[in-house]
Amino acid sequence: MHNRIVLTFTILLACQLVGEVVTRLLRLPVPGPVLGMVILFCVLLVRRQVPDDLSVVTGGLLQNLSLLFVPAGVGVMLHAQLLAENWMALSAALLLSAVITIVVTGVVMTWSLRLTSEKKADAV
Amino acid sequence: MIATPSEIWVYLAASPLLHLTMTLTAYLIGDYFFRKSGQKAIVNPVLIAIVMLVVILRVTNTSYETYFEGAQFVHFLLGPATVALAVPLYRQFERVRHSAPAILISLLAGSVTAVLSATLIAWLLGAPQEVIASIAPKSATTPIAMGVSEQIGGLPSLTAVLVILTGIVGAMAGTAILERVGVRDAGVQGFALGLTSHGIGTARALQVSEVAGAFSALAMGLNGLATSLLAPLLVHLLGLW
Repeated sequence: MHNRIVLTFTILLACQLVGEVVTRLLRLPVPGPVLGMVILFCVLLVRRQVPDDLSVVTGGLLQNLSLLFVPAGVGVMLHAQLLAENWMALSAALLLSAVITIVVTGVVMTWSLRLTSEKKADAV
Repeated sequence: MIATPSEIWVYLAASPLLHLTMTLTAYLIGDYFFRKSGQKAIVNPVLIAIVMLVVILRVTNTSYETYFEGAQFVHFLLGPATVALAVPLYRQFERVRHSAPAILISLLAGSVTAVLSATLIAWLLGAPQEVIASIAPKSATTPIAMGVSEQIGGLPSLTAVLVILTGIVGAMAGTAILERVGVRDAGVQGFALGLTSHGIGTARALQVSEVAGAFSALAMGLNGLATSLLAPLLVHLLGLW
């Protein structure tokens, strides 16, 4: 098979396509690409290895993941007025909520990991 | 006869080529500063690119719709890139599986905190209802957040912007804050980043390590699901309107 890069990209798109169709068909509350991620994950579980080409293509995509958010972010210009009118409430809510959520998630997970690993150690 | 600059401008402004090239160039410049700073999270290439592009579009009086005709080719790749997150997730599956109970507990705590803290702060500071509804799902990935926003009476396109801004805040400050409160495990850092800041947090987590990236991708997917179930319920319970 010569066209390995094209084949790999087709696999990614196919997973997304199946994901989009199934989420709409079953009215699932998750987006198609997230279900596509689950599908590809299951395929990898069955195959028990990541093919080299898949590794190369996904590595390239994920290295530049943040670039892909730029077009949606420029959409900020659509709401300049609403943002300007509510800038205090919005910036406080965004900043504080992000900080609080990160801390709560990180600390709760650290504690619960410690708790569950202690339990396992007791069992042994 | 040579074409006048305005004729060339008319061609360029109508073709996707110009705005696609501009998007990539702006990002490369942002990425240059990021690397130049020694990869400091606070020098966020997405934020730099967005600010540059908004200024240029404003100055040239270009509408977002026109810009997006070119930029949509980059935007489209978000789908396959999300699917691609299955690879780091698979590679780290053993670690993820061992942490399953902790993952569920922190998912619930984080997801509820994300929705409640944002809505309560916005409400306390007197934001109007549609703005509060728009900010409630801001930690979920864009398509989920927009759907939830619409369902609870927000503005989906405003939500999209708030989602991106939340992503940038988390990516810029997340690891530094976690270090400060003593959370140093790469998996935990990744999970907190992905839960709070979805794909942009995951992009940042992948820079930390593959372990962090895998946990972040998982958190992004799980919190999307949790937010779609919890946000409408919490907003209803709060009875802010």
